[in-house]
Amino acid sequence: MKKIGVFVCWCGSNIAGSVDVDQAVAGALKLDGVTHAEHYVYMCSDPGQQKIKDAIAEKKLDGVVVACCSPRMHENTFRKAAGSVGLNPYLLEIANIREQCSWVHPDNKPAATAKAISIIEGTLDKVSQNLPLETITINLTKRVCVVGGGIAGIMAALDLADAGYDVIIIEREPAIGGHTAQISTTFPYFQEISELLDKKRAQVHEHPHITVYLSSEVEALEGYVGNFKVTIRTQPRFVDHANCTNCGKCLDVCPVLVPDEFNRGLTRRGAVFRLNRDDERQLPVIGRRDCLHFNEGTKDGCGLCADVCPEAAIDLGAISSTQEESVGAVVMATGYDLYSPANLPEYGGGKIPDVVDAMAFERMLDPKGPTGGKILRPSDGEVPKSVVFIQCAGSRDPERHKAYCSRACCMYTAKQARLYRQQVEDGTAYISYMDIRSDSRDFEEFVQKGMEEEHLLYIRGRVAKVFEEGDLLKVLTADTLSGHALEIEADLVVLALAMEPASGIHDLVKKMNVTVDGDGFLTEAHIKLYPVESSTKGVFLAGCAQSPKDITDTVSQALATAGKIQTMFANETLIADPLIAEVQTDICSGCGICIETCPYGARVMNEYTGISVVNQAVCQGCGACVAACPNKACELINSTTKQLFRVIDDFARRA
Amino acid sequence: MSETFSYYPGCTSHSTAVEYIDSCGEVLSALGIETKELPDWCCCGAASAHNLSRTLALGLSAFNIREAQREKADLLIPCAGCYNNLSRADNALRHDPEMRAHLEKALGFSYTGEIRMLSIVDLLAREELRPAIRARIQKPLTGLKVVCYYGCMLVRPAGITGIDDPENPVRLDTIMADLGAQVIDWSCKTDCCGGDLGMSHGKKTKELVNGIVDYAVAAGADCLVTSCALCQMNVDSRQNRIPIVFFTEMMAEAFQIGNRKRWWKKHINNPAHLFKDR
Amino acid sequence: MKVNLLKTDDSLLRRIMNESGQPVNLCFQCRKCSAGCPMIDEFDFPPNMVMRMIQLGRREELLASKAIWMCVSCETCGARCPNGIEIAPVMDCLRAECLEEGVIPADKTAVGLHTAFTDNVKVFGRLHEATMLMLFKLRDKKISKDDIELGVKLLLRGKIPLLPRRSKDLQKIRELFKDSGR
Repeated sequence: MKKIGVFVCWCGSNIAGSVDVDQAVAGALKLDGVTHAEHYVYMCSDPGQQKIKDAIAEKKLDGVVVACCSPRMHENTFRKAAGSVGLNPYLLEIANIREQCSWVHPDNKPAATAKAISIIEGTLDKVSQNLPLETITINLTKRVCVVGGGIAGIMAALDLADAGYDVIIIEREPAIGGHTAQISTTFPYFQEISELLDKKRAQVHEHPHITVYLSSEVEALEGYVGNFKVTIRTQPRFVDHANCTNCGKCLDVCPVLVPDEFNRGLTRRGAVFRLNRDDERQLPVIGRRDCLHFNEGTKDGCGLCADVCPEAAIDLGAISSTQEESVGAVVMATGYDLYSPANLPEYGGGKIPDVVDAMAFERMLDPKGPTGGKILRPSDGEVPKSVVFIQCAGSRDPERHKAYCSRACCMYTAKQARLYRQQVEDGTAYISYMDIRSDSRDFEEFVQKGMEEEHLLYIRGRVAKVFEEGDLLKVLTADTLSGHALEIEADLVVLALAMEPASGIHDLVKKMNVTVDGDGFLTEAHIKLYPVESSTKGVFLAGCAQSPKDITDTVSQALATAGKIQTMFANETLIADPLIAEVQTDICSGCGICIETCPYGARVMNEYTGISVVNQAVCQGCGACVAACPNKACELINSTTKQLFRVIDDFARRA
Repeated sequence: MSETFSYYPGCTSHSTAVEYIDSCGEVLSALGIETKELPDWCCCGAASAHNLSRTLALGLSAFNIREAQREKADLLIPCAGCYNNLSRADNALRHDPEMRAHLEKALGFSYTGEIRMLSIVDLLAREELRPAIRARIQKPLTGLKVVCYYGCMLVRPAGITGIDDPENPVRLDTIMADLGAQVIDWSCKTDCCGGDLGMSHGKKTKELVNGIVDYAVAAGADCLVTSCALCQMNVDSRQNRIPIVFFTEMMAEAFQIGNRKRWWKKHINNPAHLFKDR
Repeated sequence: MKVNLLKTDDSLLRRIMNESGQPVNLCFQCRKCSAGCPMIDEFDFPPNMVMRMIQLGRREELLASKAIWMCVSCETCGARCPNGIEIAPVMDCLRAECLEEGVIPADKTAVGLHTAFTDNVKVFGRLHEATMLMLFKLRDKKISKDDIELGVKLLLRGKIPLLPRRSKDLQKIRELFKDSGR
C-alpha cells in the first residue's frame, strides 16, 4: 500500500474563497492510500514547501498530490522540493483546483469543494500508478555545421569558432560572402562593404576552428540534436587551386560568353571565371553548366583551357565528391534570391536594357565593379540624368506576387538614390513608394537627409508601367498625395525587387526536416520567445532564410544564434524530460503510422525487429502517436491510457 | 528703471486702438519707464503689404528701424502686429545679406544691428519689473475671472517673436495674476481670430471669433485680455457676449490711473460693469 | 488610356525655396498644418497639398488657387510643422508670383483689401481707415449690413478719425513702393 500525502493550497483567497479547504483535507484523508493531508495559505512559499519536505521525510511518503494552481505555474517548484528530500520528482503530481475549480465556481462553495475532492482523488489514482523516472541524458557533439556562407553564416561561424568550437561552413558558390559581396555600401552611414566583408572573409579562411566547403551542398542530414551526421557533396571546380598560379590564361582562351550572375548581367563571363570577375585575387573555377566540354553536342570538342594552362592545373575529368561530418548543431543561413524581374513585364523587367534591378545598380556603385563605380545606362553607357527608383517591385502584392514587405528596400533605395545624386549633381532622382519604412536607428534621419540634401523626390503611388519611347523611358504613375496622374521621363529605372528564399530551399528543408511558411521562408519555433530555433531541435536559423532583413538585423540574428548554440554547448551532455512515448514491443505490429504522424521525426522503424522505436532525444511527449496507433501499442510514460481512464472513472463515479 | 526706449505707436494709436496706446502711456510712466516716440514713422505694412510684396513689407518696417537706429535706443512696440512685422524686418536685415543690401540701398542707411525690437508685453513681464508692478497696485483685480488671449502675431513664428512658449505662452497670465485677477487656463490662447481678412471676409472671421468666444464663455471668464490691437478690434466687434480688454487697461485699473471711464466707452462691448461693484 | 498627365518640374520648387527660405522639399505629408489651419474650409487646396503641388511643379493651378489668398498668415501651421516649414512666407511668394505673372486672383476681395490698404499707405505713409475702407468697399461693390453697423459703431466711438495723419518722409516711402513695383 502506498503512503501518499495531500497538500491543499489556499492560494490566499483564490482557492480558499470558494473551496472549503478544511473539508477538502478531511475528504482527502478518507481516500485510499492517503496517510497525510494538510492545508496552508501559500504552498509555493518557502514555509509551504517546507511543510511538504517535512511530511515526506517524517511520514516516509512515496507519493504526493499538491492541490493548487495549474502545473504550468509550480509543478517544477514542488518536484524540485520533493527531489531535495529524496522522493523521485515524478511521484509528485499537481491537482489543479484553481483554474479548473475555484476560479470557475466562485458562487457555489459546497459544489466547488466536492469537485476539488474529485480532482484530488483522480490525481491520487494517477500518482499511485506513476513510475519513478530519471531524466534522459543525450550525447553532445560540440561541432557546428553552418549552411550558407553569406554574412549571416560568416558572423555566426566566427563567433562559434572564437568560442573554441569547430565549425564547418557549406557554401554552394565557389566563394563565401553571399549577396553582401555584391553590395557597394551600407546604410545609414555610407560605409564601404568591402572594408567590412574582406576582413571577415579573411578571418574565416584563417581561423583554425573553421573549415569551409565551397561549391558544396548538403546531400543528407541524419541524426538528432547533439548528434547530427551531415553528408556534403562538393562539385568539382575543375581547377586545382593548389597548383593554379592565377595567370589568367584560361580566362582569355575560353570561347564561352554568358551573362555574369555576380554582376547581375551587366557583364559577360566565360565558362571558366572568377566568381567576382573584378576581384583579381580570386582563383578561376569552371562552371560545368556553361562549359562546352560538357555540352552534349560538342562533347570532347573543347579543352582549350586545359591545353593552355602552364601548370596543368585544369582537370576536366574531375568528379564530385562527398564527405561526412559529425556535428551537434546546424545553422540554416541560406539567405535569399531576388524575385525575377521577368515577373514584372509592365516595368519592362528583363526586356528593356535600361530597366535594371537594385543589385545591378549596386554593382555599378562598386568602385571595383564593372563600371568602376560610375552610374551608366546599360544601353549606351551614358550618364542618366533622370532615374526612377521603383520600390515594392514584387513585394506587398498578395494577388500577383509576394504578400510580404521585403524590408530592406526602402532604405537601400534611399541610399542608392542619394549616392546617385551625389555622383550626378544635375540629375533628378524620383522614388516611387507606398510607405517609407525606416524604423531603425538613424534610418528616418537618413531618408529625411536624402530629401533635404539630395532633393530626392518621393512620389507616393505604384508605377503603372514603364515603356520605351526613343532613347527615353516613360514612367506612368500617379501622385496619390495630390491625386494626379504623372508621366516621368527617365533615362534609367531601378527596380527594388522582392527578396525570396534562396533557390532550392524546398529540397533542402526536406533534408533538414525543418518547416517553412507559404513563401518558403524557414519558420522559427516561436516568433517571440524562440526566434532563432527551428521546429527541429538542434537546427537554428540566421538571416534572410527566415525572412527578408537588412545586414544589421541579419548579423544580430546570426550572433543570437551563435549565442544560443554556445548556451547549449555549455553543458557536457543534453538532458531530456523522460515524460515521452514508449512502445509496447509485444503489441506493435510495425505498421509505421506513428512514423508518419510524429511531428518531430522521433519515430523510426527498427529494420531488424520490424517494430517502431522512439528516439528519446527527439520525442517531445506530445501524444500524437498514442492517438494514432491502431493497436494501442504506444503509451505516454506516466500518462498511460490505464491511468487516464482511472481518473475519468473517479469523476464519473462522483458525478 | 533707467532705460529709455524709442517708441513706435503704430497707425491704430489714433484710431481703433486709441485706448490701448493711452493706457500703455499711463502704465509706462507710472512705472517710470521713459519712452520717446520716433520723430518720423510709417505704417509697418500691417496684414496687407506682405501679401503683395515681400520687399515692400520689409521696406516699410525697415523704414522705422532706420528711424530707431538714429535714436540709438531699443524700439518699444505696443501693437502685436507691428511688433511681428518690425521683428521680421529686423531678422531679415540681420540674417539675409542680400535683402539687407537691398533695403540699405533703398532707404539710404547702414544697418548696425545695435538696436532691438521689444514688445511691450515682453518688457512689462520682465521678472525685475514685478515688484514695481505689485507696489503700484491700488485696487487689485480680485474676483475678476480672465482668460488671456495672445493671438498670432505676438506668438508666431517663435524664432522671430521670442515668445516663451508658442503653444502655451504665460507672460500675460503672469501679469494678470500679479494684479490679483483669477487667471483661467483655456485652450484658445494662441488661436487665430482671422483678423487679417476681417475687413474683406467678415463672415468667416465672425465664425472664428465666435469659436474662440464660445470657449472663453465656457471657461467662465468675465473678459478676454489681449495685447493685440487687431485681435481686440476684431473680437470686440463681431460678438456681443463678452468684453475684450487690453492688458494695459487692466494694469491701469489696478493702479487706478488714467481716464478709464473714457476708455471703457471706446469698447463695443463695454467692460465698465466688471470694475464697478468690486 | 488618355489621362491628364503632368510632367514633374522642380523649377518652381527651387524658386520658392530660394525666395521664401523655407525647406518645402522636406514636406512628407503628415498634414499637421491642415489639421490646425483656421481657414481650411475656405481653401480649395489644403496647405499640405499646396506643399505637394510646389514639389511637383503644378504652378498654374497654384497661382489660380483660392488657397493662396485665403491664408491669413497666422503661422499656426509653421509653429507645428515637424520639418520646420513656415507656410506663410511660402504663400507670400505664391501671391507675389500670381500678381507678377498677371494671373487673375481667385479671390479678388482679398487682393482688393490688400491693394486698398497699401495704396492708402502710399498716400499718407500711415493708414487712414476712413479713406481706405471707403475706397475698398466702393471698388469691391460688396457692402453688408454687418459692415455698415460696424462702421457706425466705430465712428460713434471716435475710432475712425476723419483727418489723416501723415509720415514726414513721404518721398522715401513712395520710393519704397516704386522699388517694390507696387
